[in-house]
Amino acid sequence: MKEVYLDYAASTPVDPEVIKTMNPYFLEIYGNPSSTHQKGLEASKGVENAREQVASCFNVSPETILFTSGGTEADNLALKGIAFQYSPHDLDDGSHIITSTIEHPAVLNTCKQLEAYGYNVTYLPVDKTGIIDLDQLEETISKDTLLISIMYANNEIGTIEPVKEIGKIAHKHDVLFHTDAVQAVGKIPIDLSSLPIDLLSVSSHKIYGPKGVGALYHNLGISFDPLLQGGGHEQGKRSGTLNTPGIVGLGKACELSQKRLQKDISHLKKLRDYLIDQLREIEASTLNGHPTKRLVNNVHYRFKAVEGNALHSRLNEQGVYIATGSACSSKKILPSHVLIALGLTVEEAISSARFTVGRLTTTEDIDYIVPILKESINNLRLISPLWNQQ
Amino acid sequence: MMNSEYTKIVKDHFFHPRNVGRLSTPSGSGTVGNPSCGDVMTIDIQVENDIIKDVKFQTYGCAAAIASGSMTTELIKGRSITECKKLTMNNIITELGGLPKEKTHCSNLATEALKKAINDYQKKHHCD
Repeated sequence: MKEVYLDYAASTPVDPEVIKTMNPYFLEIYGNPSSTHQKGLEASKGVENAREQVASCFNVSPETILFTSGGTEADNLALKGIAFQYSPHDLDDGSHIITSTIEHPAVLNTCKQLEAYGYNVTYLPVDKTGIIDLDQLEETISKDTLLISIMYANNEIGTIEPVKEIGKIAHKHDVLFHTDAVQAVGKIPIDLSSLPIDLLSVSSHKIYGPKGVGALYHNLGISFDPLLQGGGHEQGKRSGTLNTPGIVGLGKACELSQKRLQKDISHLKKLRDYLIDQLREIEASTLNGHPTKRLVNNVHYRFKAVEGNALHSRLNEQGVYIATGSACSSKKILPSHVLIALGLTVEEAISSARFTVGRLTTTEDIDYIVPILKESINNLRLISPLWNQQ
Repeated sequence: MMNSEYTKIVKDHFFHPRNVGRLSTPSGSGTVGNPSCGDVMTIDIQVENDIIKDVKFQTYGCAAAIASGSMTTELIKGRSITECKKLTMNNIITELGGLPKEKTHCSNLATEALKKAINDYQKKHHCD
């Protein structure tokens, strides 16, 4: 059976060149990068080379790059690392953090934890396309605001936030700005030397690198509490023996992503728009998110009266792999918090599906899946009591 | 949910659901759930001499909900009301060859819709 993978926002295959770069670090250069003998020095050289590759991808100096176990740890480190330097009630109105309602759970749940510890968190709403209101952001800032954390681009609907403007507002009020750029890297040019961003989270496996590794860019002046105590690796900011193969893999993936950026963008955009054009032919269906301020690889669509999980299952059985944002709990289907934040009804949210294209996706893949998709939608509508009401 | 967790029977009923649609003049009709809970199930029954002669169903829900609805219609067609009233969620799950644990409520949706349809029929026909 032919398989078509349209879930590149969830994960990507590792680039063969990345694997080639990683391979020697398993069998030959296996030393601990902290060791001072030859085996350690060679490993350390690999790590520092990777740090330069990541830094160069964002046009910053290598010292600003800190390796983590992935995007989730980078987000946790940015938020808690800043917050934990202040006791929750240090400041007059309580130490304050601003984020949005559509953040990835790595940020949202970290904020909820901080709230439970007594920190004060504001969750900014978004408009129906998923963009935060800059005036509202500025009004929300108080003298006790420590940090603003707003994602570069949303993982579900692909909406791109106005990070430059957010950063300017943050800095105008002397507030730090963190952005989760896990979905943006490799799809949007990010020059941190000219962007008002203080902290930025990166994940390797979203950019054709290995899983289990990521990075946190941090402006050099910033100090934060480490999450992990140990041998004081990464200038004491992140203890734990460095994941050498993973880190050199991330470095190579960043280098390739920078080298291929323009090519990737035009390839992904062409496929995204081609798919959207085909989906427009399906009646009672709508694009979720923003029409233009949108990741080049993201198509998020809702199909009236078609339950997303059922569509997902039908496609899965036919070798077509997509994502839905809704989760099945023991009692009911839980809609995506992002779609609900856009103002969609539960039914609209549950009748939605995400298609994300990648480097290996072809026009033939789209031509192959569209008839399968249309047939699945038609069949599910025939069964659906909500379709009769049309 | 991983489809690989679904049995062959579930997949068969999911891709080829039996008795789909509505009856034009049902003896009884039952709808449970609503779009804001994520799933909806409707079952229409045609009853003659206490026997379910015809049945149709519709579902807005996941693969397990669709398969459960379809299996329910197969199990009740030609059976007496008394027999059908005894049908449980576990009967349906067994007939489907099992369901992933978190999907068991989907078959409950089918039994609840059936119960409602039977109640509707009995109310209309003043019997129990």
